[in-house]
Amino acid sequence: MTMLAGIGRSFLSFLAMMGAVSTFAGRAIFHAFAPPIYWRLLGKQLIAVGYFSLPVVGLTALFTGAVLARQIYIGTGRIGAESAVPTIVVFSITRELGPVIASLMVAGRVSAAMAAEIGTMRVSEQIDALQTLATNPFKYLVGPRVLATTLVLPALVLVGDVIGVMGGYFMATEMLGFSGSAYIRNTIDFLEVSDVVSGLVKAAAFGFLIALMGCFHGYRSQGGAQGVGRATTNAVVSSSILILAANYVITELLFAQ
Amino acid sequence: MTEISKISLRNLQKRFGEKVVLNGVDLDIAPGDSMVVIGSSGTGKSVMLKCILGLLRPDGGTIQLDGNDIGTLRQRERNALLRHVGMLFQGGALFDSLPVWENVSFGLLGAGGISRRDAKDHAIETLAKVELDAPTADLYPAELSGGMQKRVGLARAIAASPDIIFFDEPTTGLDPITADVINNLILERVQELGATTLTITHDMASVGKIASRVAMLHDGKIIWSGNASDIDRSDNPYLNQFIHGEAIGPMRPDVSTTMPKETY
Ligand SMILES: Nc1ncnc2c1ncn2[C@@H]1O[C@H](COP(=O)(O)OP(=O)(O)OP(=O)(O)O)[C@@H](O)[C@H]1O
Ligand SMILES: [Mg+2]
Repeated sequence: MTMLAGIGRSFLSFLAMMGAVSTFAGRAIFHAFAPPIYWRLLGKQLIAVGYFSLPVVGLTALFTGAVLARQIYIGTGRIGAESAVPTIVVFSITRELGPVIASLMVAGRVSAAMAAEIGTMRVSEQIDALQTLATNPFKYLVGPRVLATTLVLPALVLVGDVIGVMGGYFMATEMLGFSGSAYIRNTIDFLEVSDVVSGLVKAAAFGFLIALMGCFHGYRSQGGAQGVGRATTNAVVSSSILILAANYVITELLFAQ
Repeated sequence: MTEISKISLRNLQKRFGEKVVLNGVDLDIAPGDSMVVIGSSGTGKSVMLKCILGLLRPDGGTIQLDGNDIGTLRQRERNALLRHVGMLFQGGALFDSLPVWENVSFGLLGAGGISRRDAKDHAIETLAKVELDAPTADLYPAELSGGMQKRVGLARAIAASPDIIFFDEPTTGLDPITADVINNLILERVQELGATTLTITHDMASVGKIASRVAMLHDGKIIWSGNASDIDRSDNPYLNQFIHGEAIGPMRPDVSTTMPKETY
């Protein structure tokens, strides 16, 4: 009986949480686009999220691409299809690994930073101060972050895609004995526009989720430094899970026949 | 009362869960008054201010600023009203991602119609009024001492020439000399603006210096209010205990939330 009550309680609080996130997302989207837009803040966020995530995204993409080429070489070797390595590498990177790995890395960096910053502003009454200065905190804090992250993640993923394919290329040409020109030709010949575009669509969705979770948990944090710490952890965990879940949903929506 | 109140609270109620904080607060502040609200720690003085500013939603009662019931205002109207209101937060609440001058001019920049260069000039002028020099304008709040942060907070509160200003414990945590300097600054700036003010404090020196009217909050209600000159002549035992800072009297420090029931 107590167990059932417990399950019921957690289910109810889960529903309440879903409701709160949805309302927050609605307001965030509204204030991201409804004028006036704080261009300075948007620019700041574009740089903070986009430019400063480049090293992280580039490095992870490079290593992932290299490892991928090696493993696919081994796998295809078992059925004597090593020539498919370039095609499978670029296929996997553009459709799945590029957007997912880049977004997970950005989630760790950016949603944590957003939750910590907004959370600190909440517990030190800076958000209250914004309101008394006739400034809407959604417009000032949440809107620019959500908009910037949604816009910039596809660009980051595109860069990551290119670097990931390069990682595969280096592995294949330096260690696996592929010829450079043949590798590039195979990469391009069998690549379809939809591979890249679907990855970029995913990236935009993941970017939205990253900023949403960072802002949501930061905005609701309470109770001093400990509360901000909790908000930061929750932001990273929830945005990572949501990225993987959304990846499944989007893949099904786009590709299930 | 013939004159219309600048700030008027009627039967203001606020509770957090089971805990009743404000239980029917009535308060009227006439234009030009310097009202000081005193009361023990945790009696809900800051909560009362946050209700007036619309940061907390009251559970009951009405709040009027300049004759407008703030509970019924739309966001846009409320923002228009807030542009004539200044607030000094208990903890400063300076924006730590912005330099001092942008903190001071934040309201002006938000209202629009002013270039960043002019806003900075205006910030430097305002900082001079709280006796901070121009180089301070480019520092960040984390680089300031507590007393300087209070001054910047004060500068931010007065920057838009508001006609209502709220001060939440402007002198708490400062040495007596700096506290006196802040009190003087408040007095001068408020007189210059002709603003109506509501100050919260436990600091009796502050009360003596800046108050024209005094009200005491206890147990969720205003239990005494009157002219500042009358507080020493009151026979209210709560007020007497508070202004003389005695542990023995009708009020006990509130320990009920920290001490488990069984130990009684
Ligand atoms: N957001 C909140 N959630 C729950 N309880 C709160 C909240 N804000 C204030 N309280 C409670 O309301 C009571 C009054 O708090 P408030 O900050 O108004 O006290 P105060 O009179 O300003 O005290 P001090 O003089 O120490 O600043 C406290 O018991 C506090 O625990
Ligand atoms: Mg307080």
